[in-house]
Amino acid sequence: MMTNPNQRVTQGQFSFLPELTDAQITSQIEYALKKSWSIGIEYTDDPHPRNTYWEMFGNPMFDLKDAAGALLEINSARKTFPNHYIRVTAFDATRGVESPTMSYIVNRPAKEPGFGLVRQEIEGRSVRYTIHSYATDKAEGERY
Amino acid sequence: MSNDAMTSDDRQITDGKKRYAAGVLKYKQMGYWQPDYVPKDTDLIAMFRITPQEGVPADECAAAVAGESSTATWTVVWTDRLTACELYRAKAYRVDPVPNTGAGTRTEAQYFAYIAYDLDLFEGGSIANLTASIIGIVFGFKAVKALRLEDLRIPVAYLKTFQGPATGIVVERERLDKFGRPLLGATTKPKLGLSGRNYGRVVYEGLKGGLDFMKDDENINSQPFMHWRDRFLYCMEAVNKASAATGEVKGHYLNVTAGTMEEMYERAEFAKQLGSAIIMIDLVIGYTAIQSMAKWARKNDMILHLHRAGNSTYSRQKNHGMNFRVICKWMRMAGVDHIHAGTVVGKLEGDPLMIKGFYDTLRETHTPQSLETGLFFEQDWASLNKVMPVASGGIHAGQMHQLLTYLGDDVVLQFGGGTIGHPQGIQAGATANRVALEAMVMARNEGRDIWNEGPQILRDAGRWCTPLRQALDVWGDVSFNYESTDTADYAPTATASV
Repeated sequence: MMTNPNQRVTQGQFSFLPELTDAQITSQIEYALKKSWSIGIEYTDDPHPRNTYWEMFGNPMFDLKDAAGALLEINSARKTFPNHYIRVTAFDATRGVESPTMSYIVNRPAKEPGFGLVRQEIEGRSVRYTIHSYATDKAEGERY
Repeated sequence: MSNDAMTSDDRQITDGKKRYAAGVLKYKQMGYWQPDYVPKDTDLIAMFRITPQEGVPADECAAAVAGESSTATWTVVWTDRLTACELYRAKAYRVDPVPNTGAGTRTEAQYFAYIAYDLDLFEGGSIANLTASIIGIVFGFKAVKALRLEDLRIPVAYLKTFQGPATGIVVERERLDKFGRPLLGATTKPKLGLSGRNYGRVVYEGLKGGLDFMKDDENINSQPFMHWRDRFLYCMEAVNKASAATGEVKGHYLNVTAGTMEEMYERAEFAKQLGSAIIMIDLVIGYTAIQSMAKWARKNDMILHLHRAGNSTYSRQKNHGMNFRVICKWMRMAGVDHIHAGTVVGKLEGDPLMIKGFYDTLRETHTPQSLETGLFFEQDWASLNKVMPVASGGIHAGQMHQLLTYLGDDVVLQFGGGTIGHPQGIQAGATANRVALEAMVMARNEGRDIWNEGPQILRDAGRWCTPLRQALDVWGDVSFNYESTDTADYAPTATASV
């Protein structure tokens, strides 16, 4: 069990708020579309903080006009991967940014065991740290 | 207009024999005042606020500043004639009276003087060389009562000789995996006296509670109560433990400021060896040291935080010194990734429009001229990375709607007292800030009017988040409403005239 205030992985921009409703997700997507950002949906069962490349649930939706389309995809991802972490990422292609501009989790496993800290004592008082996800001791797809 | 406060009749002497006869000439006569000069795209342009001595016309003052910040000395020297002196001479080409100064006001007459410098006057990639000219000796010059460097237009050709921010906003966010909201930090308090072990406790609690960064303060280096290696070791234990507890990337700005470069490199290397994502330096280490650390940071995948310790000694008073926007420009060139640039609402100096000018200077790829925010020149930033501004000093969760409105998303909001002083402890303080922030970002994105509805949005979140409710109960009414000393000289409606 995780012991941080929300007892869950707090990656993403809204992890300290109650789970987002579909209406809330839709208005966040509308905000992104208004700024001409593209919406991508990604999922993983390896939530290590340095795991950059979650699996893509299709390419980012570059030509999407209606937020309802993205919500449909999100719900389809939730149905396919009910026990995975799923995040929505907005991509801004503007010069000087060309990078994600939003990222929030819209699905997570019911139980989040979290991470252990592995300490390798090395020279002097120094320690080499490894953050180890308990869930990844099992094979991909069998973790949550 | 002649022989009044603005101008004198002295003209540039063009006859070579007379111009270079031994003796003393007015700076105008020497050729440092050229009202017809049209600056080249490759010129660096400086804009100074001049308060002339009694009886010295403004254009002669401007010529003197141009002269003493480029080739002139107090008397004529024939050796000028061995050089392309017309090129190397800085040219004062424009003087404007500063609005609301002079006769009939409470402030003695001041003038904005524009001076153009040829690119070849400066060594590429050296803030030290640039500043040795522009702010080298002129500020003590007797003919001006006071002098302030207000702004600089830096040519793209010169910017391209600088590395710029080691990491920049975009890559920093990618490394931290944090998008779509301001970052949250806190400075460890009390800033002096904690042992390494106790210090790391504060870091751990703040990060686990929900902050992205904790921070050393500017004067925490290696004192008898806590030597630097102890601090680094305990802080990195705290950072990694908090990262495991939350699944997020966390950081602590390890201040590597020290007495010598060798010592700073040693501390930076140790921070890297321990796996820190970020190190910190103070502005007081000097421009060259900052540039060296920026090069080191780029080479070692390190984010470089700069604390602006010392800047108010020369940037706060309006008539003398230099405007902080100039420091912002130099620091973007020098290559830092973070710089403290004001909060508007906190305990430290900061007029909203002036702060906007600083933030734009740090974060935009191109800034148009904007007199109301104090940007006197259009500036193309030539693909130099963006610097993340840091808002720190007397801010709390109850101001979240104001902070987000004034400062936007690309900023680190640092709540020191506003985290550590929480009645239920440091974790609760951190959680209150994170919830307030996320609730406000969500509401803004939904199109709500957070400026007016902000307090209600926070109270609503406080209904399900006890730490936030407690924070609002303690600090909700605290504000610092003092008049700013450094304000715009032009009303928002003024039209550009450059």
